[in-house]
Amino acid sequence: MTENNNIVFTPERLAKVQEIIARYPEGRQKSALLPVLHLAQEQFAWMSQGVMDYVASLLSIKPVEVYEVASFYTMFHLEPVGKHVIEYCRTGPCVLMGGEEVFGHLQQKLGIKKGETTADGLFTLKEVECLAACGWGPCFQIREKYYMHLNNQKVDEIIEELSK
Amino acid sequence: MSLKILTEHCSTPGIETFEVYRKKGGYTAVEKALKKMTPDEVVEEVKKSGVRGRGGAGFPMGMKWSFLAKPEGVPRYLVCNADESEPGTFKDHYLMKTIPHLLVEGMIISSYALGANKSFIYVRGELMYVIRILEKAIEEAKAAGFLGKNILGSGYDLELVVQPGGGAYICGEETALLESLEGKRGNPRNKPPFPAVKGLYQSPTVVNNVESISTVSWIINNGGDAYAAVGVGKSTGTKLISASGHINKPGVYEIELGLSCDEFLNSDEYCGGVRTGHRLKAVVAGGSSVPIVPGSLFLKTANGEDRLMSYESLSDGGFATGTMLGSGGFIAFDETACIVRNTWNFSRFYEHESCGQCSPCREGTGWMQKVLNRIEHGKGSMSDIDLLVDVSKKIEGNTICPLGDAAAWPVASAIRHFRDEFEWHIKHPLEATKPGAVYAGAVLV
Repeated sequence: MTENNNIVFTPERLAKVQEIIARYPEGRQKSALLPVLHLAQEQFAWMSQGVMDYVASLLSIKPVEVYEVASFYTMFHLEPVGKHVIEYCRTGPCVLMGGEEVFGHLQQKLGIKKGETTADGLFTLKEVECLAACGWGPCFQIREKYYMHLNNQKVDEIIEELSK
Repeated sequence: MSLKILTEHCSTPGIETFEVYRKKGGYTAVEKALKKMTPDEVVEEVKKSGVRGRGGAGFPMGMKWSFLAKPEGVPRYLVCNADESEPGTFKDHYLMKTIPHLLVEGMIISSYALGANKSFIYVRGELMYVIRILEKAIEEAKAAGFLGKNILGSGYDLELVVQPGGGAYICGEETALLESLEGKRGNPRNKPPFPAVKGLYQSPTVVNNVESISTVSWIINNGGDAYAAVGVGKSTGTKLISASGHINKPGVYEIELGLSCDEFLNSDEYCGGVRTGHRLKAVVAGGSSVPIVPGSLFLKTANGEDRLMSYESLSDGGFATGTMLGSGGFIAFDETACIVRNTWNFSRFYEHESCGQCSPCREGTGWMQKVLNRIEHGKGSMSDIDLLVDVSKKIEGNTICPLGDAAAWPVASAIRHFRDEFEWHIKHPLEATKPGAVYAGAVLV
């Protein structure tokens, strides 16, 4: 809770929060919760209690209303993560396209398992369910970017590029 | 070439921009609807078209619209369901990123028809890059006078908002989506009341899928009768099929409903056949939730008739020998695929995505996943097979929302059609757990 002091949106994001709240009818500012949580994760990387309390204060809702939502939706990281969070799809269609082998290779390459972060803090691996890119699999996502038609060689190239 | 109602211009360079979309005849349907038609006339055309909900349920869209309550002084809402998350389904993703104005134009006409002045597009949060594409399209449409106050001088106002989800399959269920849009956990609501009476903010609301709304411009330009003339029987119009798995050409294809399954699978215009050098073992025709069937039952009904890509033909024979068109998520499995492993994979998905509200689903999905996991990893016993069937029956029909059914059907159908493969896993655990091992007794096409 004490970390709250350091948790403040940039002026641009604060303006964005107001713009988002204005999208909904009067008194329905709680609808802004998911978009504002995405903004928060963009700036603070993960959902510490301080971040969630801050979001609650911005939307004039109770902290628990933020906790229960942030913990329900899988996109929000409830623990600290590395600089690049690789979210790879583990669901059937990607598996048929060779996903298990490719993501096995990815784990070997990084020397970590799903849910872990590399010692240098560069990469976190997160296993996710279907990303709606089944015909373009195997796939993973890093922030907003989709990486598709993956194979071992492409994975190596992406990791090397992001390690620079 | 078959008729392309949604994808005709998808390969046109720059079609994501207002300028190019407009040059290709975009937004003429908005002009026609707002200047020459009453809202009820728009509803009537959509009813005549017979277009059915493309998210999976297949409920006639015009009828859904006509259920919308219209009490005086209460706002009404249109919400587009763009939470596409059903494994095997990626058509809305494709449509929105490729030709975003088609959805925006459809939203304007549909909102006008329903009397909504604020409408939402709820997009799964993972597709943030698509959200930015849609927001840009909305800005362009607004700048051109097709959104905002007094659109085209008609006196009609509309604001369009794109809302991101947060990563939850359950929010594709319409009442869970509305809860989520209100800033809450995505727990489905008890029905009744239906959203048409009490939906978003307790106001009358219509929720429609991306592909459904994207048909509206064509229907207005060409008439509901022209749309109804395409397709077969009560499966009118065209459908986007997301094709994945062991085929030569995975991708999104627009088909006229009634196309033969054989042509869809084998023609070079569509899937281009099973992976070269391999043979077809099984098919999931409409997204992970629908019953999996052996390849032979995908191509022909139990009576030996050619199976067609339509709501009726795919479900011919009921669950005993048929399946469903669902969301159009077509997944092909060749002889290298392990049905037990895939069933376990899907059951893990449903366990992960259950919201936890109803005990049969919360507990049942977990049990199915655990039992399938032990069979897949060589620790199953013969009684496990009937246990799975028993658990699936206890989930089906006993939950607030259809996620329970969606979790039960893939398991029940896999055992119905591939029981010998489950038995082989249990009888020969050492062999079955070798990397890449696959049951050799499957009947292939």
